[in-house]
Amino acid sequence: MAEEKKLKLSNTVLPSESMKVVAESMGIAQIQEETCQLLTDEDALKFMHMGKRQKLTTSDIDYALKLKNVEPLYGFHAQEFIPFRFASGGGRELYFYEEKEVDLSDIINTPLPRVPLDVCLKAHWLSIEGCQPAIPENPPPAPKEQQKAEATEPLKSAKPGQEEDGPLKGKGQGATQADGKGKEKKAPPLLEGAPLRLKPRSIHELSVEQQLYYKEITEACVGSCEAKRAEALQSIATDPGLYQMLPRFSTFISEGVRVNVVQNNLALLIYLMRMVKALMDNPTLYLEKYVHELIPAVMTCIVSRQLCLRPDVDNHWALRDFAARLVAQICKHFSTTTNNIQSRITKTFTKSWVDEKTPWTTRYGSIAGLAELGHDVIKTLILPRLQQEGERIRSVLDGPVLSNIDRIGADHVQSLLLKHCAPVLAKLRLPPDNQDAYRAEFGSLGPLLCSHVVKARAQAALQAQQVNRTTLTITQPRPTLTLSQAPQPGPRTPGLLKVPGSIALPVQTLVSARAAAPPQPSPPPTKFIVMSSSSSASSTQQVLSLSTSAPGSGSTTTSPVTTTVPSVQPIVKLVSTATTAPPSTAPSGPGSVQKYIVVSLPPTGEGKGGPTSHPSPAPPTSSSPSPLGGSALCGGKQEAGDSPPPAPGTPKANGSQPPSSGSPQPAP
Amino acid sequence: GSVAVEDQPDVSAVLSAYNQQGDPTMYEEYYSGLKHFIECSLDCHRAELSQLFYPLFVHMYLELVYNQHENEAKSFFEKFHGDQECYYQDDLRVLSSLTKKEHMKGNETMLDFRTSKFVLRISRDSYQLLKRHLQEKQNNQIWNIVQEHLYIDIFDGMPRSKQQIDAMVGSLAGEAKREANKSKVFFGLLKEPEIEVPLDDEDEEGENEEGKPKKKKPKKDSIGSKSKKQDPNAPPQNRIPLPELKDSDKLDKIMNMKETTKRVRLGPDCLPSICFYTFLNAYQGLTAVDVTDDSSLIAGGFADSTVRVWSVTPKKLRSVKQASDLSLIDKESDDVLERIMDEKTASELKILYGHSGPVYGASFSPDRLWATDHYQPLRIFAGHLADVNCTRFHPNSNYVATGSADRTVRLWDVLNGNCVRIFTGHKGPIHSLTFSPNGRFLATGATDGRVLLWDIGHGLMVGELKGHTDTVCSLRFSRDGEILASGSMDNTVRLWDAVKAFEDLETDDFTTATGHINLPENSQELLLGTYMTKSTPVVHLHFTRRNLVLAAGAYSPQ
Repeated sequence: MAEEKKLKLSNTVLPSESMKVVAESMGIAQIQEETCQLLTDEDALKFMHMGKRQKLTTSDIDYALKLKNVEPLYGFHAQEFIPFRFASGGGRELYFYEEKEVDLSDIINTPLPRVPLDVCLKAHWLSIEGCQPAIPENPPPAPKEQQKAEATEPLKSAKPGQEEDGPLKGKGQGATQADGKGKEKKAPPLLEGAPLRLKPRSIHELSVEQQLYYKEITEACVGSCEAKRAEALQSIATDPGLYQMLPRFSTFISEGVRVNVVQNNLALLIYLMRMVKALMDNPTLYLEKYVHELIPAVMTCIVSRQLCLRPDVDNHWALRDFAARLVAQICKHFSTTTNNIQSRITKTFTKSWVDEKTPWTTRYGSIAGLAELGHDVIKTLILPRLQQEGERIRSVLDGPVLSNIDRIGADHVQSLLLKHCAPVLAKLRLPPDNQDAYRAEFGSLGPLLCSHVVKARAQAALQAQQVNRTTLTITQPRPTLTLSQAPQPGPRTPGLLKVPGSIALPVQTLVSARAAAPPQPSPPPTKFIVMSSSSSASSTQQVLSLSTSAPGSGSTTTSPVTTTVPSVQPIVKLVSTATTAPPSTAPSGPGSVQKYIVVSLPPTGEGKGGPTSHPSPAPPTSSSPSPLGGSALCGGKQEAGDSPPPAPGTPKANGSQPPSSGSPQPAP
Repeated sequence: GSVAVEDQPDVSAVLSAYNQQGDPTMYEEYYSGLKHFIECSLDCHRAELSQLFYPLFVHMYLELVYNQHENEAKSFFEKFHGDQECYYQDDLRVLSSLTKKEHMKGNETMLDFRTSKFVLRISRDSYQLLKRHLQEKQNNQIWNIVQEHLYIDIFDGMPRSKQQIDAMVGSLAGEAKREANKSKVFFGLLKEPEIEVPLDDEDEEGENEEGKPKKKKPKKDSIGSKSKKQDPNAPPQNRIPLPELKDSDKLDKIMNMKETTKRVRLGPDCLPSICFYTFLNAYQGLTAVDVTDDSSLIAGGFADSTVRVWSVTPKKLRSVKQASDLSLIDKESDDVLERIMDEKTASELKILYGHSGPVYGASFSPDRLWATDHYQPLRIFAGHLADVNCTRFHPNSNYVATGSADRTVRLWDVLNGNCVRIFTGHKGPIHSLTFSPNGRFLATGATDGRVLLWDIGHGLMVGELKGHTDTVCSLRFSRDGEILASGSMDNTVRLWDAVKAFEDLETDDFTTATGHINLPENSQELLLGTYMTKSTPVVHLHFTRRNLVLAAGAYSPQ
């Protein structure tokens, strides 16, 4: 009320129209905007300009009013928002501060808030002899919008201003730059007059610094030091100004995958996929121009028949899952109606899945790839085939043991299907979950599915209760795209799938100690972080890292992971009881909470787990990919794969593998 | 009408000039009649006569409002405000809020409009055409306004084109009268005072570094010639009293000269490096920045009334020791200046308190400013119609230039307080200006994002630099005047080729006499570089004595 009066006092200053708005608008919060627009009190604007600000603030209006000998509006001190709330009732109007009741003890006990930072001065080079250095302090040389415009509309000429910037950005060759500049300066106006615009050269010469950076980063990404790798990936994911190196990175990755798939070098494939992920995550890069190189590489890592030397032991499943998520992310970002990336990818996956002769590994990849594309794809493409697939799985699992590899594969496919389909079914179907009904609809997978759906429901309910008690979410972009069903002739198939596989190894229980997000070949320093609340999709997530445990070990598999981690570092782990348990015992827990969180147990207490088998202590450096592998990869890149990397024995296994692979599973 | 109140604008008296009783319903007809006439006139006249639209529109609207024909005023406004040039939008918005007679009383903008006649520059032919038309049509209402409220500056010769007109109009009160820019301005530089330069030092340095002697020679000559030969355009040496140089001033001069020998020769092929000082955590509070001439200190003025001074060299800021400690110092020692400083207080930052409102200007005093021993203002420069946003002294200290929210730039004679130049052409409030080092040119930047270049000698616009998309807050020439740097709220620093901008200007007698200007559309050619910051408006620019650019601004997250 007080404000209203004040405003009326200032009637002569403020236009009556704005007065009306003030009177009519309901919440003060909106008035802020409205008045600012309508006021356009030139004095307030003056204060804004003199304050070198781009935003008109309430204090500007106050100053302007003071200048005119009008009492300013008290109470509006906030710069960004107005604390007043409005309420009316019984013919009365009230403006009030929205203040919650606070417990004094709370205030006393909470630590003091951080003191606002003081003004400080920071210097950086905006330009060095006319060239803007690509450092974090400067904006990225080519803003993402521009990259996007170049990629999507290459014929559309850049704006003159940007054109002008072009030669300046092609920095790095200090000496040659000075000579060429005069000419380059004159070029744009000439071109401007011409009817035909030339497309700017897309090949950038790298400065010496950039070449060094590129070398360092690529070596660290595929090298043996996990700390360095993390740093390098962080750099790729955050640094601006990598735009010019993108073509190189793209080639590096695609060639690297090409070579290492043949070599069955799982570790390097994982590293390369993590690079793709980091590139995707960089907010200043627009990858559209390089998607044609990246998609085949990523697809290869999803559906290739063999990705590692010992398919029965190595956890290539995690790589497939990770790459599947990458492809889904690519689809989400770059699929348009013109390039039809998503529908082409969908077709590729479907085709290889439907094929009877497809091996289980490829089958797994195809399903994972489809499933990651979102609920709609699961609904339309996976659910209808559940019955058929269930039969196929059963014939392998229940039938005579022909090949352990097949058995493992079928088991993985089964848990994958359960993992992805249960949440979707939980949403599609109404609560009474009847085992028979499921069996009727989905065949042999029915009962399992039913129990999973029940669990998914329970979990969703649980999460709804404790929405705010999050420890941390494993964020993973989960595309919810509608599938465009338009049939596209001639889907692009990655041509690198023909890999000779040799399958002859004993059954081995897998202890997977990988984080969900990036599969990490060298495990120990990883923290396992488990989320307690998220969308229903999260349930699938947790299975991801742990579903790999023990097809044969039945109900005893709940604890080995925890007991075998004598790591000093705090480790939070998720253990799934449900995924591998037989259907009868699975839904046993009263709350049916299917995860446990185990926080770093002291090594002494758990020492009996046997250091031989657990994955955590740093694997011998020889077994992790050596620098040789990295340099070989570089060589492979430069010579376009003419000479495949040497030393087939050196990067012999991924780092996650226990050194003695034949050791038995510890039984608690 | 009685307009005898020009000198003392008393509001009610001024407004009473509107106290004429025309038929309010006829106003729209009058206006559209004139509009029809102008639109049907020959092309060459149309552009010139179109200048009438805006002032007539404003005055007719104000008359309607003043005589309390609110509805007619509103409909008049609705009908014709769309016809006005886009650069008058801001004024029109203010105008639209004036809907009652009482509103007019406190409104400065309208007072300005009324007290100063709107100046139009029209060729004699066009004027005759207009006059004949109005007399034929007996359109007295409009004729009265033209007679009383407008100043029509008639010139003989070809009518101006639309572009020529557009370049010059836009200020609050129309163009500048031609007479306003007739007076002679001594834009030349003063003779440098003779200072004994310790040559031996310099020679040593020259020998130390290769290539230095080559550069030094022409430099020395130029310095020598400057002091010997009197610039024909320079004012008499003692036109205004200048203070004696103190020892410290001389020391600084010598330093300056030494630095000058190391100065980088800039040009289109040799662009300066830009070091950007970002004020972090300023919470939108940074209002002004300045850098000392020797580039050792940087000061920021803040909305919380503090001035913070940073040292940007390794030399830290120290305060003088306590009096008790000072008495212990040997006053004869050579390094007495060093000794009086208290090492304990050394820091890179000092905060100065004292203001009681936002600090809107921060400036390190240059070595020559005058007597500040008077309490009264020495000189009042009266003439601007709205706030003055920026001021700068001419290099020869005889003039001061001011940029104002009335969209004009004025040059004042310090000696007598006369306004010797009025520059119109900006379409928004002026926020930055700078003189070229040779004193002949002036560059101004405004909220319209354009930088205009003026020749002080004949008072005409000689260039227009388009490129910025927001207010140009800072302008600076390089030390030798080859490069003009401009910084803007659009987060960019742009470098312009000043040599090219000022070369082969056409300044024939006709141009000078009539003020006809033809600006080349060469902004893109003159633009040498654009450097974007992440999200930092460029509030200040500075060329060090060696021609390194220092830029400063407060980071403002979006």
